Parts: sequence; structure tokens; C-alpha cells
Amino acid sequence: MKVGLFIPCYVNQLYPQVAIATLELLEKLNVDVYYPQGQTCCGQPLGNSGYEDDSKGACKLFVENFKQYDYIVGPSGSCIYHIKHHFDILEQTPEVQKVRNNAYELCEFLVKVLGKTDLGASFPHKVGLHKSCHGLRGLKLGSCSEVKGEHYSTEEDLLNKVKGLELMSLNRKDECCGFGGTFAVFEEAISTKMGKDRVQDHLDSDVEVLTGADHSCLMHLEGLINRNKQPLKVMHIAEILNSSL
Amino acid sequence: MNHATKAKEFNKDESKVNWHDKALWYVREKRDKSAHSIQGWEYLRELGSAIKANVLSNLDEYLVEFESNAQKNGIHVHWASNAEEHNNIVNSILEKHNAKRVVKSKSMLTEECHLNPFLEKKGIEVIDTDLGERIVQLAEEPPSHIVLPAIHKTKEQVDELFQEHLGTKPSQGNPEYLVSEARKHLRDKFLKADVAITGVNFAVADTGGFVVCTNEGNADMGVHLSKVHIACMGIEKIIPKEKHLGVFLRLLARSATGQPITTYSSHFNKPEEGKEMHIVIVDNGRTEQLSREDFRASLHCIRCGACMNTCPIYRRSGGHSYDYTIPGPIGSILSPGKDLKKHSSLPFASTLCGSCSNVCPVKINIHEQLYKWRQVIVKEEKQPVVKKSILKVAGIILAKPSLYGFAGKSARFALKHLPKFMIYNKLNAWGKARDLPEIKNENFDEWYKKRNKNG
Repeated sequence: MKVGLFIPCYVNQLYPQVAIATLELLEKLNVDVYYPQGQTCCGQPLGNSGYEDDSKGACKLFVENFKQYDYIVGPSGSCIYHIKHHFDILEQTPEVQKVRNNAYELCEFLVKVLGKTDLGASFPHKVGLHKSCHGLRGLKLGSCSEVKGEHYSTEEDLLNKVKGLELMSLNRKDECCGFGGTFAVFEEAISTKMGKDRVQDHLDSDVEVLTGADHSCLMHLEGLINRNKQPLKVMHIAEILNSSL
Repeated sequence: MNHATKAKEFNKDESKVNWHDKALWYVREKRDKSAHSIQGWEYLRELGSAIKANVLSNLDEYLVEFESNAQKNGIHVHWASNAEEHNNIVNSILEKHNAKRVVKSKSMLTEECHLNPFLEKKGIEVIDTDLGERIVQLAEEPPSHIVLPAIHKTKEQVDELFQEHLGTKPSQGNPEYLVSEARKHLRDKFLKADVAITGVNFAVADTGGFVVCTNEGNADMGVHLSKVHIACMGIEKIIPKEKHLGVFLRLLARSATGQPITTYSSHFNKPEEGKEMHIVIVDNGRTEQLSREDFRASLHCIRCGACMNTCPIYRRSGGHSYDYTIPGPIGSILSPGKDLKKHSSLPFASTLCGSCSNVCPVKINIHEQLYKWRQVIVKEEKQPVVKKSILKVAGIILAKPSLYGFAGKSARFALKHLPKFMIYNKLNAWGKARDLPEIKNENFDEWYKKRNKNG
């Protein structure tokens, strides 16, 4: 099983520690993982802004980079969602289809493909889980509060097995943080208000470390937390799962 | 003014935003409890969606079937291709009866057609009898929500409005007092009305009858006390059979307010003896929307408002920020079809979180349609030069690893070394309330290369 590691553009540039944790975690689990050179972006920022047609070059490059792998794994639900759902703008060659079918968000890959929840991590802190919308409602990483059905959560399954970690319960379990890509800039007022409200929910729930499987949401929330000097640390779930404190 | 500007305006009063958000979130939670108490809720949604899809595929036949059955029952049926025709038809019925006073129960269609100002210009008194509608009518505002039209008003504001228009005493927003005064005021209007206008929630093809859902009984009251009943409906309100009401009445009330059923589900099948009943069937852009494959399913909508209650943006920007008869997520996919230029900011007033699609009782893929409208708008409407250039250039850079590597490096260098005032200024909307991430010495690419060299 050959796995191609997909590191989203903003993670590569701004959060190398998240990419390092993802790679180390996969290596620790003896996954045959490769990091293809020449990666850029899945095209999501363009697609969500209405410029899907201008993203075709990026999408094609993505397929070119990853077509030889059995699985494509990335630490970002929204990018994986974009690949799976919006690469329909490309001609559906067997290669494009293969890439779309085999793209996995990190947690989903660990639980569904590797069948592992206990990764031997230890993290003795009170943790709040931000369930990113594209991972939750798009990739169905967990049950959604709007939909009737059994409760399940891929990220919770993993976090519950981390030694010493206490998963805190939030008032609004899966409300959007307000990042939304270019929405964060063009609807600045609402975006920051939504983010502030999410942060407050974590603070009200005694959370010490806010985590999630999508660092774009976390970038937005961390930006607010740092500006307002609030007592919350922000870490990607890969960093927690890779920690052995 | 675009949505962002209006939303910013609404956010100037944060305590009001908090209150608005909590009030609507309360309704959303009530909906969750009520919907999830039904074993087959998700199946019911499937069924509702499938019936609506069937209706839209056979709309021509169902409409003709409905017309013929309604006529057999003694109902007058009128067809209007647009708002103007609709208003003229209503006016001609009023003229025929020399009617001067009209009571109206809730109808988003008549809002859409701007019937009230049209009739008022002709010297006709039109009174909205739904309490929330009456409140916004007195305030000379459009409804800000399709089920809770005055949700943007506090009880204190209603108190002031009633003092001014109904001559009530100051009560510090006492709900019981205000409701009892509204009741007195409206009773007088009901008793004197010549004609009652209602909307239609469901028109049943196989019986020619129709159903109007209210919680206040104001549709019944108006209809029973007037000589003439005019019901106005969009062409998509048809359902094939009476038995399908069992699906839709359950879906509607639970989704709208979390009630198991609306207090009044009034079935109208034929006029009372000596009275007249009219139905005006209106297109007003619906056929055009039906022709757009990607957006067709927006016509499934049964106007429950659940997508508004769940939308984190709607809750924090208020219904008026959408500047369209139907606000919120559903309004944002309906309005571009009516006037793409005017409403081109609405599909962008979303993070595409998908909560709207999850609550929708007839399973409209709202967030996917928002995404699709964005693609259309960028092609057909003039875009801000800066946004357009940035994204077009990004498309070129992201297709070429070498350009991307250079751009990434330059951006990180700039963010790390430029003085703070050059980064945090008016041009940087991100940095207004948020810090930028701390820039590390190397990106992952560089770290990975170094590790492999050393390893």
C-alpha cells in the first residue's frame, strides 16, 4: 500500500509543524508514505470563490502528482472534500477517478483504512474538538446535529483513546467557525463574530486546547484567540495524535 | 448595498446580534427535538423530496388537474405569469365586489409581488393579520423571516410601535397585554373586511382543494367573515394527492417551529353558499428556475424557514441584510434567478457549511447550489478588479510548482520581515480582528528536503 502525503498549500507554508506531525504519525504506524514534490493546492480557494474554471490547472497538477498512489492522505477535511466533490470539472479519466476515490482525510484514513483508533498517544489536557463543516457534513466524519441517527465521530474515536486526554463537551457541537475561505475577508464582520462565538463556547466549556482536523478553521480561530489574548492553545489533531508527553 | 455591508451594519450592536442568534438557535434546537422524536424522520424527508421532484417533472399535468377539480368545486381559477398580472387579477376581483377593506393572512407570494403597496395606491386598506406581519406592516418594514416576520424586533420595540399606531399604554413590552391589544385591533378589521386574501401552503391536484397553515387561526377568521376569499399560490405549491398532506404537514411544522403540527391546518375545498372563492396561480419566474437544471430543486421549498434558523450567517446578520423577500440560504439560491445583478452577493454570504441542506425537510442541496451560483455569477457579473486579479493570478501560480514555490517564499518573507503597519492596515481585512499566523523559518517542503538529505 503506497500512500501519497498531501500537504495543503497553507499548511505547507504556514503550519509546517502540522505536516511534520502527519508524516511522523503515518511513519510511526508503518505506512509506506511518500511526499510527492511539486505539490501546490487542490484549487478549493478558487472554486469556492466562483473561479472554478481558473483552478483546472491546479486540479490537473494534483492528479498528476498523486495518480500513482493507492491512497492520498491529507490533514485537511475541506481540501479532501474539494478533491472528492469538485474535481468533477476535469474530464473523468480513470486517473482522475482513482485520485477522487482514494483521497482521505487523515482521521478517516487512520480509522477506516488502517482500522486503528489507539495510536499510543498521550496528551493530559482538556481538549475541545472543533468539527469542521466540510469534514463533518461533507465527508461525514461524524454524525451531524441536524440529522437523526446514531452518534458517531471519527475524531472523537481517536481522541478518546489518547492517554490523559479529557474531551470537553460543547454547547453547540457542530456550528461553523466562520472561516469559509475568502468569506473570512469579504464578510469580515460576520466571519469574526462567528469565530468569536465559537471560541467563547470552548472557553465556557473549560477547554485548554482547541483542536480539529482542518487547520484553516483553526487558523481563523487562533487569529482571534491571539488577538484577544485568550487562554486557549490551538493544535491540529495530528499534533495531538503524534504526541507522547 | 451588498450583503456584507448590511451585515456589518447589523453587527454594530453586538448584544442585539447575540439576542437574535440565540432566539433563532432556540427554534433550531426545538426543531431538532421535535424532528428527531419521529422514528422515520429521515425517510419522511426523502419522501417529501421525492414527491416534490415528481411534482416538478409533471407540473403541467398536475396544474391542469388541479384547475379542473377546483372549478368543479365552484372555485374561480386565474393564471398569472408575473407579479403585475397577479396584482391586476386581485384588483379586478376587488373592483367587481367594490371592496375597500382587505384582510390578509400570511403569504410570501403577495410579498414577492408587492401586492400591498399596489392595492394601497388604489385606496384599498390591506391589513396583515398575522401578528408578526402586522408588526412589520406598522413599522413599514418588510418581514425579516418567512415564518417569524418580526423576529428582528424586541418586545419593547413592539410596545412603542403599538403605542404609536394602536394607542396602547406603555407596558414595558408586556407580551400578554400587547397580544390582547393586537387581538382587539385585528378583530375590528376582521369584522369589517370585504375580502380575505390568503396564501396557499399546499394545493392538492386530485381534489382541487388547498391547505393553509397558521398558528393564529387568522386565515380561517378572515375567510369565514368575508364574502370573498382570494388565495394566491406559486405554481410549485401543488402536491399530487390529498394523502401526501400526511408527509408535508408533519415536515412543515416540525421544521418550522418544532411543533408536531401547526395549530390550524385549514382545508379549503369549495366556497360557502353565497360566497366566492378565487385562486390565483402565479409563475413569476418559477418556470425559468425550473429550466435551470442545477437550480431546479430550489422549487421544492415549502417555506418552513428551517434553513434560516440554522444558518450561522443569517442568525448573525438578520433577514434584512439579504434585501430579498425570502432571506437566508433558500433566498440566496432563489434570488439570483430573479435578478442576478441585484442579488449577486447573496450566494457568497455563506461559508458553505451545509447545515441548511441538512435541516431542509425536502432535501434541497442548498449549499451545493450556492457554490454553483458563484460560478455563474463570476462569469456573468462584473467582479471587483482586485478580487478577480488575485484569484486569476492564483490560478496560474497554483498550476506551476516553480511559481508556487517562489510565491510562497516571498509571501512568508514579507510577512516575517515587513513592519507591522504594512501588514495590519485597512487593506488587510483578515488582520482587523485576527492575528496572522506566526511565520516559521522554513516551510514543510524545505524541512522535508533537509530531513531527507540528512537522513
